[in-house]
Amino acid sequence: MTAYRRYRCPGCSYVFDERTGDAHEGFKPGTRWEAVPDDWACPQCAVREKPDFEPLPAGENPVP
Amino acid sequence: MSIEALSADGRSVRYTDRRRWLWSLSLAWPLLPVGSCLLAIQTGHAAWYWATLVIWYLIVPVIDHLLPPDASNPPPEVVPQLDADRYYRYLTYLTVPIHYLTLVYSAYVVGTQDLAWYSILGLALSVGVVNGLAINTGHELGHKTTTPERWLAKTVLAVVGYGHFFIEHNKGHHKDVATPEDPASSRMGENIYRFACREIPGAMRRAWSSEKTRLARCESGPWTLKNEVLQPLLLTVPLYAALIYAFGWVMLPFLFIQAFWGWFGILSSANYIEHYGLMRQRLANGRYEPCQPYHSWNSNHVMSNLILFNLQRHSDHHANPTRRYQSLRAFDKLPEFPSGYPLMFMIALLPPLWFALMDRRVMAWAGGDFSRINVLAEKRAKLAARHAGAGEQVPVAR
Repeated sequence: MTAYRRYRCPGCSYVFDERTGDAHEGFKPGTRWEAVPDDWACPQCAVREKPDFEPLPAGENPVP
Repeated sequence: MSIEALSADGRSVRYTDRRRWLWSLSLAWPLLPVGSCLLAIQTGHAAWYWATLVIWYLIVPVIDHLLPPDASNPPPEVVPQLDADRYYRYLTYLTVPIHYLTLVYSAYVVGTQDLAWYSILGLALSVGVVNGLAINTGHELGHKTTTPERWLAKTVLAVVGYGHFFIEHNKGHHKDVATPEDPASSRMGENIYRFACREIPGAMRRAWSSEKTRLARCESGPWTLKNEVLQPLLLTVPLYAALIYAFGWVMLPFLFIQAFWGWFGILSSANYIEHYGLMRQRLANGRYEPCQPYHSWNSNHVMSNLILFNLQRHSDHHANPTRRYQSLRAFDKLPEFPSGYPLMFMIALLPPLWFALMDRRVMAWAGGDFSRINVLAEKRAKLAARHAGAGEQVPVAR
């Protein structure tokens, strides 16, 4: 299993972390980025959508 | 009161917000109908019930044009401190109960005073204007990420029965703004009445569908207390029922007219004018270009910006929706209205006047290129013929 990854909205400071998911948006902890729909918009600013998100270094988030 | 910060190269940057104390007037605007009721009852002159409308549609535009436009911005270095200053956000919090007070007190006056129909109409439209400002406050609060602000947004939207705005505006309008897909972006050649018939039901449908999709991911159906479209209704319905129970059937026209004017007279009007004709281009990958500052109309008129929490600095709002009102910026060379929102709303109600004023501005913005314009399909040929030759103009907005 690969390490959990994080993706940041380029428009605001929101970060989607696969490890924690996003409970309000309905993504359970451990939800893989591939499972997030392409038309899903940043829940904080909605200016940018999933394809715009930028991967963050996942070094600090190794699989437990 | 001034703020000091260090720039990247170590210089000290000092900033004084000249409008700091003027923002506290935001607590007074929603009280206008209350003040006008008190004056009407004291003096016996029914004309006072129309005072809020005269102020909003006449006096505010006059002041807007008497004062020089304000395009000043806080330096970027001080914005974090300016945003952190809780004074500004407490003002938005405090307006929330004031909107409830104004609605309930005005309902009490309608229910207990022997008012002529035209006084009830004037008061209901006045409360409508003020409750349109409640939607504006809900808008400012609803874009923020803190839990209290998000709850207050839903609470203040409930006063005018427009809670679903909390969902659709953020997740729908901001995502699809300035594209034909957005019911809250108007098309060149579309008049405000036709726009509102598309926008108001469109917003409700999209809010519901957006919540349904989110709740399905949460493994829940839409009929749950977690549904953020239903939550504000749990305030609106009991409140309106209680007002009808307390003050009788006269509440039906009163509540209907105030809600209608809050929805149509303020909110739909704002949505109608804010992106009129402007369109984001489709990229090679099929997606739209990201929303740019030149995809919104702006105004730097001082008085209306004070009342509307800087909403008229609309380009920066769409570029940075979570940016707080005191920090929103004006930029050069953006699409500009000739007046603030209140006068533009009134002009929009008269479509020939609106088209005469705005269509040539849209043409200039697009450099005469109709493929850049969000235009009503059936009017495209007619508008292209009417504005032939405008293509030689240089685009002014980019």
